[in-house]
Amino acid sequence: MSFFGARSFRHGVHPEEHKDQTAHLETERMAFVPRYELLLGQHGGKPSVPVVHPGQKVVRGQLLARADGFVSTSLHSPVSGTVRSLDRCRHPNGSLVPAIEIEADPFSAQTWPEPKPTDPSTLDNDQFVEFVQSMGIVGMGGAAFPAHVKYKLSPDKPAQKLIINGCECEPYLTCDHRVMVEFAERVVRGIRILADNLRIPEVHVGIEKNKPDAVAAMREAARGDERIRIVDLVVKYPQGAEKMLIKALLGEEVPAGRLPLEVGALVNNVGTMVAIADAFDLGRPLVERVVTIAGPNVGRPSNLIVPIGTPVRDVLDTCGGLNAETREVVMGGPMMGQPMISLDAPVLKGTSGLLAFPQTQLDRAAEYTCLKCGRCVEACPAFLNPSKLVRLAKVRRYEEMEQAYVMDCMECGSCSYACPSNIPIVQLIRVSKSSLRGKKRG
Amino acid sequence: MKPHSGELLVHTSPFDSARLTTPRLMIEVNLVLLPVILAATWYFGFGALLIVAAATAGAVLTEWGFAPRRAGQGRGATLADGSGVLTGILLGLTLPPGVPLWMAFVGGVAAIGLGKLPWGGLGGNPFNPALVGRAFLQAAFPVAMTTWNPQGGFAQWTELRGTPLAPPFLGSEVDAITTATPLSRMKFDGDVEALSSLFTGNIPGSLGETSALVLILCGGWMALRRLFDWRVPVSLLLTVILLSGLFHLIDETLCPNPLVMLTSGGLLFGAVFMATDPATSPAVPKAAFIFGAGIGAIVVLIRLFGGLPEGVMYAILLMNAAVPLIERVTQPRVFGR
Repeated sequence: MSFFGARSFRHGVHPEEHKDQTAHLETERMAFVPRYELLLGQHGGKPSVPVVHPGQKVVRGQLLARADGFVSTSLHSPVSGTVRSLDRCRHPNGSLVPAIEIEADPFSAQTWPEPKPTDPSTLDNDQFVEFVQSMGIVGMGGAAFPAHVKYKLSPDKPAQKLIINGCECEPYLTCDHRVMVEFAERVVRGIRILADNLRIPEVHVGIEKNKPDAVAAMREAARGDERIRIVDLVVKYPQGAEKMLIKALLGEEVPAGRLPLEVGALVNNVGTMVAIADAFDLGRPLVERVVTIAGPNVGRPSNLIVPIGTPVRDVLDTCGGLNAETREVVMGGPMMGQPMISLDAPVLKGTSGLLAFPQTQLDRAAEYTCLKCGRCVEACPAFLNPSKLVRLAKVRRYEEMEQAYVMDCMECGSCSYACPSNIPIVQLIRVSKSSLRGKKRG
Repeated sequence: MKPHSGELLVHTSPFDSARLTTPRLMIEVNLVLLPVILAATWYFGFGALLIVAAATAGAVLTEWGFAPRRAGQGRGATLADGSGVLTGILLGLTLPPGVPLWMAFVGGVAAIGLGKLPWGGLGGNPFNPALVGRAFLQAAFPVAMTTWNPQGGFAQWTELRGTPLAPPFLGSEVDAITTATPLSRMKFDGDVEALSSLFTGNIPGSLGETSALVLILCGGWMALRRLFDWRVPVSLLLTVILLSGLFHLIDETLCPNPLVMLTSGGLLFGAVFMATDPATSPAVPKAAFIFGAGIGAIVVLIRLFGGLPEGVMYAILLMNAAVPLIERVTQPRVFGR
């Protein structure tokens, strides 16, 4: 709760939004390209295991790789075509990772098989979870954690509140905004399927106030359903972070190191709801998603429905290409996104945006010494003391950082954003955290 | 559109940052000080400009000559952040209007040479460097630092006060007319200055501290631009009002009206420009309140019960020393713990 009754969380920052570049652009379906690369490790869990062999013909939506264990999910073909190879391909972070390469059939052959609806009311919780897993559905907000894992009911900690994340607090990104405006019915359909099956009595949809059309569309679509409450929230980063959103909507703090279920909450992105609705009503697995292509250096900023596995280079070419001044391409939002090392990497299930930036935006002013001004302390939504953590990180006193709860940092980057001395605070914290994790293991 | 063909750069997120940078912060505070310098010149003549310039020259030259540098940086690279100039101007504005220029220069050297560089430069120093410089001068030249030449109007702006051009160490005879500040008259004679003069600044005192009106406007602007942590001046001033109000109610001869306390001496200047120095004030919000309140309380105690008529400088320096202790007990509660 903030001062004037509008709901939010404490601290955070207000980066420039840059959303007007794409917020008004209706989603368009991207044309098919000749080649797709499907990484086996699309999601936060274990990589999927291929069930196809090179040379095999596949149709759109056919299973390519099955889940490997519970925290893993299935992978399907976004196109009809031929499996070219089971080899490796570039991850956006530059590493070579196992992937399935599909050569697409000509455009005319790309049709969906007949819809095969599944009635969710006939499934018990175990079957429901298994179905969602078999449809390859992951959290669409960016982290791409397998969605079904959260849906498994636990008798001692039932989910009482379903929280739908429509904040989209990252600058530039408008894909969730467009999904809510254009597919509000589908979002609400997904919410109902989920709330019915998990017997969740309360649904809170959090949308930031800078998307009044999305709020209106969602209210209209949810009209008459007593369970669903659409809440507009003040605009602040990182409101879309799970624990911040729970704080904003329910006023509760999830205990450090615990899951939202601790306070009875289950958080899902709006895009995930559409994926669930399509899986049940049409029998379509997750093989495409809405991606915002934006930034100062994109020829034609767009919101595109992109098949998973489309090479990023092709997506950018569809949007008028990059101009000559482009120096960096970011997958995701500008606050937490991944800088791309190679444009050969494909779109993943968690790819919410592709942003192109010129040199000028990236040339940081020189780094100055820490003034101890406290702007990072006032920015940190986890109430850590980044200024102190930096002081410790620079002399590698990682154990003391651990005592200062550095592991509670969610790496939202608010501290780095706020720092007037341009200290790469969150990067220093990332390095320290991974060093601490390494020590634990070794 | 020409197709992109070059190499991609790889930074780490976030890919955007707030507009306010450290040099810009320093430059903006320097600019906010311009009206204060103008007010000083109005009341104390163009000698005020000379004194501020001498203190700044001492500070800048010391920074240029001795600042620790990173590999590849040229001499004077740290001057670009604007903090050295700021220290010099701040020091100059805390000096009496008749102080010899060479002393102001020495003060600037001490501010940077003792107050800043030995601690590793910007951000490393525990004590406000400008006040370290002033404390140095107070200890070294107690007479010159407590000789107050009367203020005048704009008509006398060409008149030099005191003996600004006195050569170093050759003794500065106090040949000019001197007077007492409202606080020392209050302390030693029991006279209370009219609030209107305190407000406009038409009183004797240090160069930058006399005009409450100008200082309040500057503070308001800095708060609007978020150039400082508002908690420090707010808690500081509130504490002074509450404590002096309490003493005023108990005994009117002991403590004047809180508004007089607020507008006299270096309180407003200290609250707006000195206590708010980011490096020497707490980074933790809760600690900032305690820090400000501590300064306010010490100022009132020194003024009412101490041997000196004024105590803002020592109050701030003392609380600077306490910052690590305050921060130790006010670390924010971590989310979800």
